[in-house]
Amino acid sequence: MEMPLWLDAIVAALILAGALVATIGSLGLARMPDFYMRLHGPTKASTLGVGATLVGSMLWFSTAQGSVSVQEILITVFLFATAPVSAHMMGRAALHRRVGCQEKTNGQPWDEMDRLSGRAAQSSSSGESQR
Amino acid sequence: MKLFPQQQYWWPRPRFSIFLLVLWLLLVNSISPGQILIGAVLGWLIPFSTQQFWPERPHLHNAGRLLLYLLRLLKDILESNLTVARLILRNPDSLQPAFIRFPLTLTDEFAITVLASSISLTPGTVSAGLSPDRSMLLVHVLHVTDEQELIEHIRNRYEQPLKEILE
Amino acid sequence: MTEAILPVALALFSVSLLLNLYRVLRGPDIIDRILGLDTLNVNAIAVIVLGGIYMNSSLIFEAALLIALMGFVGTVAMTKYLVRGDVIE
Repeated sequence: MEMPLWLDAIVAALILAGALVATIGSLGLARMPDFYMRLHGPTKASTLGVGATLVGSMLWFSTAQGSVSVQEILITVFLFATAPVSAHMMGRAALHRRVGCQEKTNGQPWDEMDRLSGRAAQSSSSGESQR
Repeated sequence: MKLFPQQQYWWPRPRFSIFLLVLWLLLVNSISPGQILIGAVLGWLIPFSTQQFWPERPHLHNAGRLLLYLLRLLKDILESNLTVARLILRNPDSLQPAFIRFPLTLTDEFAITVLASSISLTPGTVSAGLSPDRSMLLVHVLHVTDEQELIEHIRNRYEQPLKEILE
Repeated sequence: MTEAILPVALALFSVSLLLNLYRVLRGPDIIDRILGLDTLNVNAIAVIVLGGIYMNSSLIFEAALLIALMGFVGTVAMTKYLVRGDVIE
């Protein structure tokens, strides 16, 4: 089945925009100075980028093969539901391991494990070097 | 909507069953009668055989408003991604990251989970921890100028609607 | 038009994969490597799906779905291990 031009343009735009956004997310992962700042790129940008690519692929398969393809929706929804959960888990693990953050960061991460085990909460906003 | 007295036991989660049926049809990518039958059987069997694992049923007051909330969240995700993309391309030294504490007024576990996920997916914020007494959420922000304003924003835009929908 | 865009998109995703690999190799903390691997996984899904368009076959969606699942479970298991020192309590 031949694809109408406007649909083709939408698919191409979705895939290209998705690839660009995902690349920016990975760039954030590579160049940000501390772990907590690195966490931002992949959770938001990469998830959205891959999601846009998947929606583009769904439109493409639905028209090119003439049958509605919906499995991409499943993958997209799954990615959007799990990305924040794994980001939260990784953030918690980093706090637990006392991974340092940049000195200019405002506020202090409270130490969950300190509170759990009853030790006095101590400042952990030490520089990256102190690890 | 109790059809018969023991419905609670024999068919514990009608909406969850329908959700599983739809999920199965999406997964096999077909709506033939046989697949609908398999999906219906799975949709009944899974909630029935796992009901001991979920002692508390999540309360959902208004499914329509939850959908509205999700649509607004999707819009916010799209907007915030442009913001984050711009921040990433900037010089990292000019960013002002911060840890802020968000005092929770939600008490339901599931509602807190949804709120934390919403925070992680929107404007430059990632939820990184929950205090053991469930009263504070630790949020890391990539770039912030007014912390109080951000807390108010999260409270009005996400927490209030969730409180009304899920608690 | 899509056919013309595909190589560009694949190239962009390859760049992302390399950037993720850089983070996995560089560290410095183990949690940075886990984050790198998790992102690598998400980008790999996109590459698989684009490969599917390229080969005009929808058979590899199951693979993409499984990689998405495994990536999530793997990340959660690894962070769990870091926090608790044990995967299964």
